[in-house]
Amino acid sequence: MSASDPTNAPVAQPAAEGRPGWAWRPFALAAPALILLVAVIGYPLFIIVLRSLSEPQWGVQNYVWFFGAPVNLTVLQRTFAISAWVTLVCVIAAYPYAYLMTAVGPRVRLALVLCVLIPFWVSGVVRTLSWVILLQDSGVINSLLRAAGFDGIKLIRTQTGVVIGMAQVLLPFMILPLYSVMKGIDLRLMRAAQSLGARPSRAFFTVYLPLSLPGVYAGAIIVFILALGFYITPALLGGPRSTMLSTLVQTQVLSLLQWGRGGAMGVVLLVATFVLLALAAPVMRSRYREAGRH
Amino acid sequence: MEMKPLTRLLLGLVCLLVAIWLVAPTLVVVPMSFNENKSLAFPPQGFSWQWYQNFATSPEWSASFLNSLKVASVVAVLATVLGTLAAFGLDRMKAGPAGLLRMLMLTPMVVPGVVLAIGIYAVYLDTHLVGTMLGFVLAHTILALPFVLIAVSASLEVFDRRLETAAASLGAGALTAFRTVTLPLILPGILSGLLFAFATSFDEIVVSLFITNPYLKTLPVQIFSSITRDADPTVAAVGTILLLATTLLIGGGMLLLGRERKGRQ
Repeated sequence: MSASDPTNAPVAQPAAEGRPGWAWRPFALAAPALILLVAVIGYPLFIIVLRSLSEPQWGVQNYVWFFGAPVNLTVLQRTFAISAWVTLVCVIAAYPYAYLMTAVGPRVRLALVLCVLIPFWVSGVVRTLSWVILLQDSGVINSLLRAAGFDGIKLIRTQTGVVIGMAQVLLPFMILPLYSVMKGIDLRLMRAAQSLGARPSRAFFTVYLPLSLPGVYAGAIIVFILALGFYITPALLGGPRSTMLSTLVQTQVLSLLQWGRGGAMGVVLLVATFVLLALAAPVMRSRYREAGRH
Repeated sequence: MEMKPLTRLLLGLVCLLVAIWLVAPTLVVVPMSFNENKSLAFPPQGFSWQWYQNFATSPEWSASFLNSLKVASVVAVLATVLGTLAAFGLDRMKAGPAGLLRMLMLTPMVVPGVVLAIGIYAVYLDTHLVGTMLGFVLAHTILALPFVLIAVSASLEVFDRRLETAAASLGAGALTAFRTVTLPLILPGILSGLLFAFATSFDEIVVSLFITNPYLKTLPVQIFSSITRDADPTVAAVGTILLLATTLLIGGGMLLLGRERKGRQ
């Protein structure tokens, strides 16, 4: 595989903007990336859809099996529930944090931004290991609790543990869009509301909160969609009672060699993701436009 | 916004907790890596460098580390070249097709990891790419491509194309204009794309877990199998080394950037 072959020809030709016959040039530039995209994403996803419909024989038996088995439905429901919890935790934690980022001086802001970015500095797998160290029965949190005279609590291999770990990984994806919307909000509007007699809490709920909602939507959608497909964190922090859909897919394919069933589960996950994206796209676009108008 | 002192105090306290929650998991590996016992229980006992020695001398760990470096370097270059070309192409297309193609090219970011992983695994089984360098490079490149596309597109958006026209009117060919005018101006975007591509590949785990085999493992795969096998503090040592390396890299980059900015003013 040579990195150089896609680079020749198109760029080297003389400028011909607007000249007829050159309309294909932009497409030629994008072509290598598109070809790789089709080969390494498009074709494999097509194979998965195909196998879900053709193994062991043609038909929708794998989907009938998936939606017919209560175990699968429990996991599907749990996957959505965990993602919803993670999203909720992220919104609650990110909202005050992003607000503080807009309200402080440049030095403190830099420190706050660094705290958001530092988690990206270590490998994702190592970060999950850190959560194992923190949450395990002989871990940091339980050691501190016992030192303070409390009983230890069960965190590892529980749904709570999975939510805590996942929310930490996804929190930056909530804070950053929220901050970018909040820093555009004109704070004089709050002062105007208060000068007209609104108490601070009322001014917040009727003026500031609605203006910041586009950021909440954007962040929540990203977090929810990413959470749906999580695999590593639930695999290491969770137990059998917090299995998510991704783990089930992996078990079907790698352990049971049931490509059809695993494929059908994968397709369900894929469809859920794209339906959510499609539902969110127009809402977010119009909200952004509103937010941009001030 | 006017706030009562109590509200202000509460806000600060909540944010402090969130900051600790964000940062603590990053730092907890550091004390664990000097543990004397082969355990990840807290608090660590005694002090020793043995896990760092183990990382440096064990063939399993050093091989996987080198594999990751190799794959990530090739991926960084390949994804940056393909992504930059694509960003140029999309920049010069009509809005309609450009929007559609951009959406297509960003799909690797939203497709659930495991779904992509079983698909690629299926194709790789048929094409004998499981456990090969080429297999890792291809899969990681496609996952890194969106980051390059976003970074370069952002620089192209603020790039004034009349500069290219000016260069052409002064007699520069397209290549000369690109090399002497366009490239230097969008270089920050390309470089950050390169960095993101390297990091994406170096950190990729889900697809890697499926396309790996016992003869070719990347570092995240090795870390994952070590975590699932036993409580080996070598993982904490690796985490600490990675943390230190990134800190130095980012710190150095920030210093360089700051100096360059000062030099230009």
